[in-house]
Amino acid sequence: MNQPLITLDSLIEPIDFDALAKTAQSGGCSTSSCGSSAKPDDMDAGVWDRIKDHPCYSEEAHHYFARMHVAVAPACNIQCNYCIRNYDCANESRPGVVSEKLTPDQAVRKIIAVANEVPQLSVLGIAGPGDSCYDWKKTRATFDAIVKEIPDIKLCLSTNGLALPDHVDELMEMNVDHVTITINMVDPEIGAKIYPWIFYQNKRWTGLEASKLLHERQMLGLEMLSTRGILTKINSVMIPGINDEHLLEVNKWVKARGAFLHNIMPLISAAEHGTHFGLTGQRGPKPMELKALQDRLEGGAKLMRHCRQCRADAVGLLGEDRGQEFTLQQIPEDVSYDPSKREAYRDVVAKERGDQLAAKSDAVDTVKSIGTSTGGGSLLVAVATKGGGRINEHFGHAKEFQVYEAGRKGIQFVGHRKVENYCMGGFGEDASLEGIIEMLDGIDLVLCSKIGDCPEAMLKAAGIRATDAYAFDYIEAAIGREYAEAFGVEFEAAVA
Amino acid sequence: MAFKIVVSQCTVCGACEFECPSGAIRFKGDTYVIDPKTCTECEGSFDTQQCNAVCPVPNTCIKAAA
Repeated sequence: MNQPLITLDSLIEPIDFDALAKTAQSGGCSTSSCGSSAKPDDMDAGVWDRIKDHPCYSEEAHHYFARMHVAVAPACNIQCNYCIRNYDCANESRPGVVSEKLTPDQAVRKIIAVANEVPQLSVLGIAGPGDSCYDWKKTRATFDAIVKEIPDIKLCLSTNGLALPDHVDELMEMNVDHVTITINMVDPEIGAKIYPWIFYQNKRWTGLEASKLLHERQMLGLEMLSTRGILTKINSVMIPGINDEHLLEVNKWVKARGAFLHNIMPLISAAEHGTHFGLTGQRGPKPMELKALQDRLEGGAKLMRHCRQCRADAVGLLGEDRGQEFTLQQIPEDVSYDPSKREAYRDVVAKERGDQLAAKSDAVDTVKSIGTSTGGGSLLVAVATKGGGRINEHFGHAKEFQVYEAGRKGIQFVGHRKVENYCMGGFGEDASLEGIIEMLDGIDLVLCSKIGDCPEAMLKAAGIRATDAYAFDYIEAAIGREYAEAFGVEFEAAVA
Repeated sequence: MAFKIVVSQCTVCGACEFECPSGAIRFKGDTYVIDPKTCTECEGSFDTQQCNAVCPVPNTCIKAAA
């Protein structure tokens, strides 16, 4: 494997910008792919150019780029059984939850403050609580104001689709390039179990009628976006017993109408959330149930597997949330945008990701050839990472593991598992370790930058091997080596 | 005749403000209030009171006692 062009620490905070800028300008890259677009082989160049810096649209970009959401559009025109208007829990991470709602002016101040401090920032999204297309004036005011300050920020929004057809032409004018529609059904009978009511054309609709209208508007909105070339992601909440099987049908419908990505998200449901589903005991899917459904959907509309179901005011890389560092109180009245950090970071990433992609494609090719020649055994690997495409997080500090599957199809990112972090100030908690082992159900191997003897032994007893032998290596390269070892073929020989 | 907002239950989403056909709802202090002098209970405009129809919390936009 090539030596990293820049040190790992420089990719993670705190960033030494002088050093980064110097590296970026030195051109000392040893790989042939340096300076290439780092585009995956199976993607159209034009599309890649539009998503390469968007963490939610590109699995590859989510290692490097960050998003922020601002909660400026709190009004909603539908009621979902998994949602309740509760703005006030800073410890909860799930869609629709925020700690502070912002006016468009406050949002602009916050976005500038974040852009000055978080160089990874590439995307601004409006994603609830509420509906960005229904509470349109506030969405529009925020977007219009921020592009004057930070012209290169990508704008995206998330909507239930009911009011979407009314604003598609404006979205085009405003250069909004990415839209997410939450579509949980294409059959109003199923919709009626998810949506108790909608507000449309000055009237509250309930039952089948409500879901029929919502469905028609969602499909119309999706078609309008596709016709205009706006990239559309579909989010579907997987609700066991209600729409889990049905999402196969949803996938077909949205693919036929030009959706770019389909993101199946597990229902998050607990009585203490106070939602209808929470109170009625509707459960969410288990990690392996989610993966099984996602696996069945391969071959349909392209799936997104790296979604973290972040809070509606999340800030940072997908696996992290720095929102609490940027509450309004912490932001000065007057902030002005300083592009230097974001620009320096982009230069560095352009090089680093070329390097990573080269390592990745070598490893993927190796695994594919071994998998094919040995009959295609598969290896499910959980990785502790802070980003940058490397194994660079301690086992005990990980709040989530990224899961990769190695086998005949190469190495694919297949999802992530959230865990309570195990290490609390140096003392591991046995109880939380048991929880982690449960969340790692089905995993063969854990890769991390450091793991203690005790948790390693407990994982081993549960049938999961863990190693820190690949600390700071590229994820796919390490998996490639492990796969080669597990299936009895020498890595080097396989490459040659 | 007028509607009012039960402040303790209001989530301050603001949907009622822009749905109100009479412009009777304003953001005051940290909550939305309905001006009883301007509120028409949507009579002549819609069959149902818009604030109540769009409000996400049951029994929060209600008829004010006379």
